[in-house]
Amino acid sequence: MEKRSRSFYVLSAFFALFVLFLYGPILTIGILSFQGPQGGLTFPMNGVSLYWFRNLFEEQAVGDIWGSFRRSFALGMLVMVTTVVVSVLGGLAFRKRFAGATLLFYLSVASLVIPSILVSLGVGLIFNQLGLPVHWASSGYGSQLTWTLPFGLLIMFAVFNRFDKSYEEAARDQGATAWQTFAHVVLPIIAPSLLGVALFGFTLSYDEFARTLLTAGSYNTLPLEIFGMTTNVTTPVIFALGTLTTLFSLVVIGIFFLAVWLMSRRKDKSSDAGKGLV
Amino acid sequence: MTKQLTAWMQAAPMALVLLAFLVAPIIMIVIVSFWGATEYSIYPAFQFDNYDFLFGSPVTYRVFFNTLKYAAITWLLTLLIGFTVAYFLAFEVRSLKWQIALFLLCTIPFWTSNIIRMISWIPFLGRNGLANSTLISWGVIDEPLEWLLFSDFSVVLAFVHLYTLFMVVPIFNSMMRIDRSLIEAARDGGASGWQVLRHVIVPLCKPGIMIGTIFVTTLVMGDFITVRFMSGSQRANVGRLISNDINLLQYPSASATAVVLLATVLIVIGLLLRVVDIRKEL
Repeated sequence: MEKRSRSFYVLSAFFALFVLFLYGPILTIGILSFQGPQGGLTFPMNGVSLYWFRNLFEEQAVGDIWGSFRRSFALGMLVMVTTVVVSVLGGLAFRKRFAGATLLFYLSVASLVIPSILVSLGVGLIFNQLGLPVHWASSGYGSQLTWTLPFGLLIMFAVFNRFDKSYEEAARDQGATAWQTFAHVVLPIIAPSLLGVALFGFTLSYDEFARTLLTAGSYNTLPLEIFGMTTNVTTPVIFALGTLTTLFSLVVIGIFFLAVWLMSRRKDKSSDAGKGLV
Repeated sequence: MTKQLTAWMQAAPMALVLLAFLVAPIIMIVIVSFWGATEYSIYPAFQFDNYDFLFGSPVTYRVFFNTLKYAAITWLLTLLIGFTVAYFLAFEVRSLKWQIALFLLCTIPFWTSNIIRMISWIPFLGRNGLANSTLISWGVIDEPLEWLLFSDFSVVLAFVHLYTLFMVVPIFNSMMRIDRSLIEAARDGGASGWQVLRHVIVPLCKPGIMIGTIFVTTLVMGDFITVRFMSGSQRANVGRLISNDINLLQYPSASATAVVLLATVLIVIGLLLRVVDIRKEL
């Protein structure tokens, strides 16, 4: 192996510190959530127990943690499916160049950079003036899409910019209809990237705070519930909740990566097309 | 013509969502910013009271200045850290497998909760937190530092913690597209490591730096929750001004502040976009 320069070691150390900076705090609350029943919000550990986790599963004096988790999960799934479908359609549209394409592109970029509290406030005001009740599955759902759809569209741009059009031409030459070309050629090729879009859709929705603040109505989503807890809960139960929901996010991320990995492995193995030519 | 029609139908869902939940709400905010409010309700009007009050109050200028200050400091720090991390991943890590693995390691926190990530600083920075007790046990300080938590320091720290990724990703993307032979050519021409960085890599990373800059500055300028939480409600930025008005049901006044914030953000982006065309860079 080639000898590394000094800059490699310096930068490696910098990178390691950066990773520690990213993960250190969350690991601390992971440890602190195992505090004993008398333990506080900081070190030292006052014994080790599962007390605060058990506390989460008992009847809560304030709030409705499990209800808010179920709502956040349902909303995340809803936003995920919508984001995948709408982003793929949008990506396909942008390949064709249509009148208004530039406007729509700038609109989606604007959606990323416009402060999220404006979306929250504006949607809340509209529902208010129309006399409609705000609810996580209507106003909350729509507000979250303004954050997830642009990410989905940008990923689709990246995917289609690298897409080899000759696959489609080959399919068409063989007499495939437009739908057949999409379903049997384009879709299988872009499928792993769609998992990426799905991951963005679910996790960004599941963790979204600002856009749901004024649009979720009387039934809180989990991030709103957690934020509410920060003002009136002073025990490590909030760390236990943080640890659990972070673990849940990590499991979701892991499932997506596993799916991408399985998909790419199957693709490598299953087809021997073209091998005879090499 | 049919092709055009299909394209429109495919783009329609995206367009409809953005019209209903982005364009309409912003129009609504602009309209409501001219309305009036009593203590418990708002009524349609066309008056400039909200703006008069906003521009007449010295608090406004202080808070806007504070917002820009947070944005500038966070921008500088995330740029320096993000560039260094991206440089390490793109040029010092040599196998693609490791590049992807380490890159994912940096991105995973992005998919977890921001609120939890903020909360997780408390046991670190508190009066009896890890940072203070470590420094005391090392003998660096005698008394716990008070400015670690609920200060400008903790606000900026949380911003950097949350948003450095938005610099790493686009800069890394730009770096991976740099033709390695350009760097070799520079070396062959006798350029030192610094000269390669300064005259080859940095200029070619400009688009990535710009995209990261837009993300970080707009996220920080539009924030209200990080400042509220990490400063223990002791610092203010424009987002908090808006959210305070909302809590008091003063929607017209919140809307007026929101309009001015939006204008500020758009001006900043407009200036940045003159430098780079995002669409070419994906």
